[in-house]
Amino acid sequence: MTGPGGVVVVGAGECGTRAALALREEGYAGPVALVGGEPGHPYERPPLSKAVLAGSAGPTPLCTAEQLAEAGVTHLAGTAATALDTAAHTLTLADGRVLGYDRLLLATGARARTLPGAHVLRSHADAVALRERLVSGARVGIVGGGFVGLEVAATAAALGCAVTVVEAAPRPMGRAVPERIAARAAARHAEAGIDIRCGTAVARLEPGRIVLGDGGVVEVDVVVAGIGSVPETALAQAAGIAVSDGVVVDGAFATSAPDVLAAGDCCSFPHPLYDDRRLRLESWRAAQEQGAHAARALLGAREPYAAVPWFWSDQHDLCLQVAGLPGAATEEVVRVRPDGAELWFGLDAGRLVAVAGIGVGTAVAKDVRIGELLIARRAAPDPAALADPAVALKPLLRVPSPVG
Amino acid sequence: MPQWIAACETDDVDPEDVVPFEHAGNSYAVYRSPDDAFFATDGYCTHERELLCDGLVMGGTIECPKHNGRFDYTSGKALGAPVLVDVRTYPTKVEDGTVYIEVP
Repeated sequence: MTGPGGVVVVGAGECGTRAALALREEGYAGPVALVGGEPGHPYERPPLSKAVLAGSAGPTPLCTAEQLAEAGVTHLAGTAATALDTAAHTLTLADGRVLGYDRLLLATGARARTLPGAHVLRSHADAVALRERLVSGARVGIVGGGFVGLEVAATAAALGCAVTVVEAAPRPMGRAVPERIAARAAARHAEAGIDIRCGTAVARLEPGRIVLGDGGVVEVDVVVAGIGSVPETALAQAAGIAVSDGVVVDGAFATSAPDVLAAGDCCSFPHPLYDDRRLRLESWRAAQEQGAHAARALLGAREPYAAVPWFWSDQHDLCLQVAGLPGAATEEVVRVRPDGAELWFGLDAGRLVAVAGIGVGTAVAKDVRIGELLIARRAAPDPAALADPAVALKPLLRVPSPVG
Repeated sequence: MPQWIAACETDDVDPEDVVPFEHAGNSYAVYRSPDDAFFATDGYCTHERELLCDGLVMGGTIECPKHNGRFDYTSGKALGAPVLVDVRTYPTKVEDGTVYIEVP
C-alpha cells in the first residue's frame, strides 16, 4: 500500500474540492488527497450551459492551483477510484495505486442520464463537444425542459440556432419551480423563438430527427438530452455501503460504513426543516455547503446539515431563483413588483417553506435571500405582507421566530 | 489624482443597505451600516461579474446576489468560497447630508 492515510476525498467537483480546502480552514493538519476522474484543474459546472457553451469563457477554476498547493492538498486528476475497501480502509485507483485513509469522503456527484445519439452536458468536455455543433442556423432538438435543457436552449438561440424543446410533462421545470414562475420563463423562451412542446413524449431518436410519441417528427441537426442525472453510487454500492437514490447518509453525512462520509449530488440526506424528509439535491450551492459541512464532520462534528435548499437558473436575460421546497407548500402567495419581477411564496400551515422569484438579472436575489432566511427560521410571515410589494421584506426578519 | 465625488444623499441609503453608484464608466456600491456609517466598494463581485448592489446587506457584510459570496464591506475582505479575492474599498465622507467617495 502506498499513499497518505489521513483524509481521502473521492470526487474533485464542487463538493469534493470545497471539502478538501475546508479541512485546512478547520485546522486539520494531516494529509489530504483529492481524487478525480476528470483531467485538469477542478472547475465550476454552472457556466458550462451558459458562457462556456456560448464560447465566451473557458473553465472557471474552483480555486487557484496555488490555493490547492498552499493547502497541501494532493490532487490526483484523471484517476478514477475503482474500489473501496471499508474494512481495510483503502481506496484503489484506476492506475493501480492504493491509498490508505483514516477518513474518506465520497463526493462522486452525478452523471447525466443519456439517450443514444444525443449530446449531454455535465463536464467541460461535454460543453466543448456541444459548442462545436451550435452553429448559426443549426436545428437543435432538446429532449427535456428542465434547467439544463432550457439553459442550453437559451444559449443555442442566442447563437442563432433554431431550437425545439420536447418535454414529456405538462409544463417545463415541473419538478422544482412553481408553475407561475415557470410560465414566465416559458413565455420568454417563446419570445426568443424557441418552440417548447410540453406534454410530448419522445419515441426514439433517428439520424437527423426526433420521433415523437404521437408519431410527429422534429427534424434536427443536433440533439441534446437534458433528462436529469443519476447519482454516482457504483463505488459505494460495490463496497457494501447502503444506497437508495443516492448514498444513504445521516444528518452529518455519515454513511453505513465506518469512517466513510458522502456529500453533494451523490448522497441522500434527511432534512430537519422538512420533517427529516430525505433529499438528494443537484445544486451548486448545496454541493459547496455540504462539502464544507462534511469537512467539519470528517473532523468529528456531529451537528446536522440544515441549510435551506437553493438554486438559480439563468435563461436569456432572466434569472430565476428558488429557495426551500415548493412541493412542500399547501398555500401560495404572489408578489408582483413594480419592476415586473415576480415572487412566489409557498406556505404550509402558516409557515414559509419555499420562495421563488424571476426577474431580469439579479432583480429577485435580495428578496429570495430574505425568504430563504425566513424559511430557515421557520417563520410564519403575514401572507398579506408577502403579497404587497409596498411592504419591505427585510423587516420581517426582525419578527421573533415562532417557538419550536 | 484621487478626487472626492458626490455619490448620493445619506437618505438615499437605508441603514443596513446598499445602493449603486456609477462614475466615469466605473460601478461602485455605497453602503450604510446598521450604525449609520458609510462605506464604498467596487460595484462588482470579484467572483463573477455580478452587481453587489442587488445583494443583501446583513450587519457588516454584503452578499453577492448570485452565488452568495460574502465580503466585509468595511474592509473589502472576502469571507470565503466562492469568492477568492477581496473587493476593493474606497474612502468615504459625509458632508451636509451628501456621501462622497474618494476615487483614484
